[in-house]
Amino acid sequence: MTAPLELVCPAGTPAALRAAVDAGADSVYLGFRDATNARNFPGLNFSRGELKQGAAYAHDHGAEIFVAINTYPEAGNLDPWHRAVDDAAALGADAILLADIGLADYAARNHPDLRRHLSVQASASNVEAIRFYHREFAIKRVVLPRVLTIGEIAALNAQVPVETEIFVFGGLCVMAEGRCALSSYITGVSPNKDGACSPASHVRYEERGDELVSKLGDHTINVFASGEAAGYPTLCKGRFVTRGRVSYLFEDPASLNAIGMLPELMAAGVTAIKIEGRQRGKAYVSMVVGAFRRAVDAAAKGEAAPPVDLGAVTEGQRQTTGAYRKAWQ
Amino acid sequence: MTAKLTLGPVLFNWAPEKWRDFYFGIADEALVDSVCIGEVVCAKRAAFTDPVLPEVIARLEAGGKEIIHSTLALIMNDDEMRRVRAIAAEPGHLVEANDISAVALLRGRPHAIGPFVNVYNEATLAYLARLGATRVSLPGELPAGSLAVLAKSTPVELEVQVFGRLPLALSARCYHARAHNLHKDGCQYVCADDPDGLDVETLDGEPLFVVNGTQTLSYTYCNLVGELEALGAAGIGRFRLSPQDIDMVAVARIFRDVLDGREEPLAGFHRLGGLAGPIPFSNGFYHGGEGVKSLPSPFAND
Repeated sequence: MTAPLELVCPAGTPAALRAAVDAGADSVYLGFRDATNARNFPGLNFSRGELKQGAAYAHDHGAEIFVAINTYPEAGNLDPWHRAVDDAAALGADAILLADIGLADYAARNHPDLRRHLSVQASASNVEAIRFYHREFAIKRVVLPRVLTIGEIAALNAQVPVETEIFVFGGLCVMAEGRCALSSYITGVSPNKDGACSPASHVRYEERGDELVSKLGDHTINVFASGEAAGYPTLCKGRFVTRGRVSYLFEDPASLNAIGMLPELMAAGVTAIKIEGRQRGKAYVSMVVGAFRRAVDAAAKGEAAPPVDLGAVTEGQRQTTGAYRKAWQ
Repeated sequence: MTAKLTLGPVLFNWAPEKWRDFYFGIADEALVDSVCIGEVVCAKRAAFTDPVLPEVIARLEAGGKEIIHSTLALIMNDDEMRRVRAIAAEPGHLVEANDISAVALLRGRPHAIGPFVNVYNEATLAYLARLGATRVSLPGELPAGSLAVLAKSTPVELEVQVFGRLPLALSARCYHARAHNLHKDGCQYVCADDPDGLDVETLDGEPLFVVNGTQTLSYTYCNLVGELEALGAAGIGRFRLSPQDIDMVAVARIFRDVLDGREEPLAGFHRLGGLAGPIPFSNGFYHGGEGVKSLPSPFAND
């Protein structure tokens, strides 16, 4: 039996945290209730007290807590990000997820013993970039951007001095994370600065005859025929016209699912796998974490993964292995 | 201090002759201080421009321009990494890092940071300056307040893009190929069909973005000619013009004229409008809102 992949799971609420731990998460990642993290949505995330309780619950059950402080601090207003790092350290976080160079420097100088992981928002997609964060800030692990093929991930792992973690399930950014200003351009709300993409505050649905139009701000992102399932108008998942042709230019409505690739990921030298979905409820967390727990344990024993249908939590969307297969490009 | 103008790298896939002649024209006629060369978006394109690069460099040097070699923005494999290593190892020209990997390679000697590296605050700026950054071209989404804080915090020369389509996103996937039902590996270089980018319209016919291979940019041209004075007062001393498929020598002249007080910003704005044709302008990021918006510049009250 080889070492199992570490299973890193999302929690947007204390209930989701408990659900993730109960379903077999090795670690749970979460953020504070403000712009210091990249899932800054209303009604989500943790107060300081909730983090303390959540960390105690996780530690009692042998799981770890990672706190995402992975937006880019605002010029002239670094305090909220510094406080987030200080509080994560004080309240029992096992690691923090960082993207900004200045903040990584702050954390390394002030909390040298608090483990630092490089967030996917730092977009470190190659050997020199990863070595840089390791050398400068003693980063122990990097969450790889969702732009690499499995072959490229294996090649990287052979050359970098840190652990790698990759997304295996959930929403799929098709752009290099931390380098996308599409939402900012259309809504003024920036993933990098504000921690939100295509925010619900800017979403409108309008009926037009038999059709349903989804808009972000004043801009049409999709038009659904009567009876067609209407998705959320995330900018890069919209339907657009190029060369006179209507298409999902950037990405089809699809959800990442690499549960069938776990043996390949182990062979490629990946340390940890990550489930997306801090904005999802505890039912999603229980179901997905449970399925991946069983698949991870089976893969570690060299057994085939038990069959599982996660269609119920992907809202009927097609499932894809995304950038991990070169055909995606 | 006299404000300086930088011509950014050509982001689009122009035919080698067109690319060469564009830079010859810039070398001979454009009132810019510095000129960025080098492929930033797609390593596959460099094979076409590499052969004419020496002539372009020679002509720019003869024209008295400072040359900046810009590097790839998204590096995912050994071939791309090799390309960046080679540029970083070249003596002579200032190299502009568009990914942290290039910063790592340039560490310890003077270099420039391009707009694809995330510099959002004074702490990151100071850290990069300690590693050798002498000039930083800031991300397009920074508002005026952040620009002012950054400028006050540092002796490093800061640059802001004041003209041209705003780079918004990068991907491993080639949208140009996808729009032609092709795969990136068999792309047939269809991006060469669209020297200013391929229009992406909403289903209601509003042009929103353009795609340029793996890159997505704004449909609008950013235009901060009306904000130059405020940018200068805030301590920004360098302005980037990003090449579009229009008369960039004329664009540079207008910005130079406004910077030197030979032209009122409003008149400059109208002249730029004549050059841009049907493409609308935007300045929303500078004013702290949606980047796509065009808000009244100070000269609206003129």
